[in-house]
Amino acid sequence: MARSAVAISLPRWPAPLAAALVASAILGPLVALLWLVPSVGGMGPADWAAVRFTVLQAAASATISILLAVPVARALARREFIGKAAVLTLLGAPFVLPVIVAVLGLLAVFGRSGLVNQSLAMLGLPAVDIYGAQGVVLAHVFLNLPLATRVLVQGWAAVPAEHLRLAASLNGSVFRLIELPMLRRLVPGLWLVIALLCLSSFAVALILGGGPKATTIELAIYQAIRFQFDIGHAAVLAIVQLAISAGLALAVTKLATGVIVDGARGRTIGNWQRDSLAKQIVDMIWIGAAVLFVAGPILLILLRGGVMMGALPDAFVGAMIRSLCVAGAATGIALALGMALCIGGGRWAALAGVLPLMLSGLVLGTGMFVIANRFVDPALIGLPVTALANGLAALPFVLRSIGPQIDKDRLQFGRLSASLGVQGWQAVRIVLLPRLRRPLCFAAGLTAAMSMGDLGVIALFSGHDQATLPLLMLQLMGSYQNDAAAAVAAVLVLASLLIIWVLDWGGRSHAAP
Amino acid sequence: MLHLDDMAIRQAGFTLTADLTLAAGVTSVIGPSGGGKSTLLGAIGGFVPLERGRITWQGTDLAKRGPADRPVSLLFQDNNLFPHLSVQKNLALAFGPRLRVTAEQADQIAVALDRVGLTGYADRLPGSLSGGQQSRAGLARVLLQDRPIVLLDEPFAALGPAMRAEMLALVAEVLKGRTVLMVTHDPTDLRRIGGDLIVVADGSVSTPAPAQEMLDNPPPALRDYLGQGQ
Repeated sequence: MARSAVAISLPRWPAPLAAALVASAILGPLVALLWLVPSVGGMGPADWAAVRFTVLQAAASATISILLAVPVARALARREFIGKAAVLTLLGAPFVLPVIVAVLGLLAVFGRSGLVNQSLAMLGLPAVDIYGAQGVVLAHVFLNLPLATRVLVQGWAAVPAEHLRLAASLNGSVFRLIELPMLRRLVPGLWLVIALLCLSSFAVALILGGGPKATTIELAIYQAIRFQFDIGHAAVLAIVQLAISAGLALAVTKLATGVIVDGARGRTIGNWQRDSLAKQIVDMIWIGAAVLFVAGPILLILLRGGVMMGALPDAFVGAMIRSLCVAGAATGIALALGMALCIGGGRWAALAGVLPLMLSGLVLGTGMFVIANRFVDPALIGLPVTALANGLAALPFVLRSIGPQIDKDRLQFGRLSASLGVQGWQAVRIVLLPRLRRPLCFAAGLTAAMSMGDLGVIALFSGHDQATLPLLMLQLMGSYQNDAAAAVAAVLVLASLLIIWVLDWGGRSHAAP
Repeated sequence: MLHLDDMAIRQAGFTLTADLTLAAGVTSVIGPSGGGKSTLLGAIGGFVPLERGRITWQGTDLAKRGPADRPVSLLFQDNNLFPHLSVQKNLALAFGPRLRVTAEQADQIAVALDRVGLTGYADRLPGSLSGGQQSRAGLARVLLQDRPIVLLDEPFAALGPAMRAEMLALVAEVLKGRTVLMVTHDPTDLRRIGGDLIVVADGSVSTPAPAQEMLDNPPPALRDYLGQGQ
């Protein structure tokens, strides 16, 4: 039957307007950076060292994350055990865990007076040092091993059972016939995604890096602005960072099509119960080690923070309020722009959704700093700019969670809406919004949590008494008040989880069928 | 009178022409898949633009009017109800794109639900109704819209034979006096509902003729569709 596709007609002006806003919020700072570049000198040897370190640590982090993720994912795909669902959920945790909390947790385990070094000391062995390149890579593996594992578990879960039976009936090698081709398809894209994330993880480098051997470009930008007051130098570095991450982002969009990051539950594949006990034990060791590696630092910091709740500093209440305000504003910005872009259809959403991926929060912040610095004291607008940068950074996630639903509903209910005269804003209110409740709440929770935990732009801009929770943590860690930092971390994590949980619950109850 | 005056539609290399007049009563539309049945209904409903000719109702051209402004109400095979709105709210959309209803409109909705045998179902969500009940709710909204032309694009195709017979009887009863155009692919539907029949095949639409006569003495296009031995 030749069905002509009739889509619900929606208001036309919001999408171009939102696209223009996104473009100017991103391209404006970019132009400001490019404007400054010719007036300053080129790159010094320290700058080139930063470029080299940035690229090398990203490559090393991505490679190690994936090398470790393969056996863990393989074990998770093959073994059925009590608590498997909990393990898969745990592997999703680092995605919304504030980076600075993760780093504080790693310090509690691998730091100078951490568990590992205490044990080594008892055995009379020399201590390990978490500061420096190895610490940066360790933190990146901690943050990305779970992501890599989840993606690969899905790769295994997507193997059709018939293929396994076919391989068995042909007496062929499952690894060579099935697993290797699957890995060959997923790993390049996954590697690029992780490398891109590690290029621009400022908080890790800020705390664990530093010095001539372990300074990333973003850390050098921060130092140029905060300590050398050399905005031109910061602009040059920001452009270099932008060029590298934009190139990688382009490669990601081309290559990483098979990498899906959302939460399908891994099903157990094949019949591996007949495997030897030794093989089963090896698999469980891999899983146990991964769980320990991921859960250990998180639990340790939550416990320590919980016990040390009395150490919360006076500045905590103000920081909490500021963090909530920034997160609320960022969520409002991301959802409003996301809705406006999506009701304009795929074209606008696709265009404006890619832009924020090119610029890391810190590069965007540097550009905004360059603009702001001409007119006002940057410290005055630190919080609004942080909210804007966080909102823009979350926009791609928002678009991905609400876009498909809107596109589907527009077509599915196109003829019905047209025949009943339900069009434009009426259609948004009556047809689209009630059906978007769940993805909107999900996106809102994610945006708020990401913004609550972000330590990037705010570090560039902040003046006195402007700390958000992550920045307060950084200040406390800088003055060796790790108990107080742990207490703030615990509150930050619990607040983020509470926001996600409440919004998720709100989205599920009365959700449209 | 609904008049299709030397009308032609072109869609991606496919052309459909029609020149006919439809009187009040049920006219069945039959023909092979892809022959243009839905396209014909889409043109009358305002979803498919005409390349040539006119569609007029009581002498006025419908060309300038959008789907919601035509004297037409429709039922499709699926997606006749918004699944996130209660039956009451789905029916309220017959009065306009608002969800609030006056006390008088609420009474009208209750009466319409009565007529289709859904008394007391106003607060239910469509998903909690059976397929047949969903069809009845859609039909209730058609009654509330109270428009002279009703287009039914295989709305009962997913129902079992007994349920379909029931719905056809209900349609004949509650839509009496309106100009009803109903797409079907089942010859037994035609015999059951009577009325006129048009055959849509090979890009053309036949002149309406009584269904019983057509079936007893099928023209070539209908014979091809029904197959030998029918």
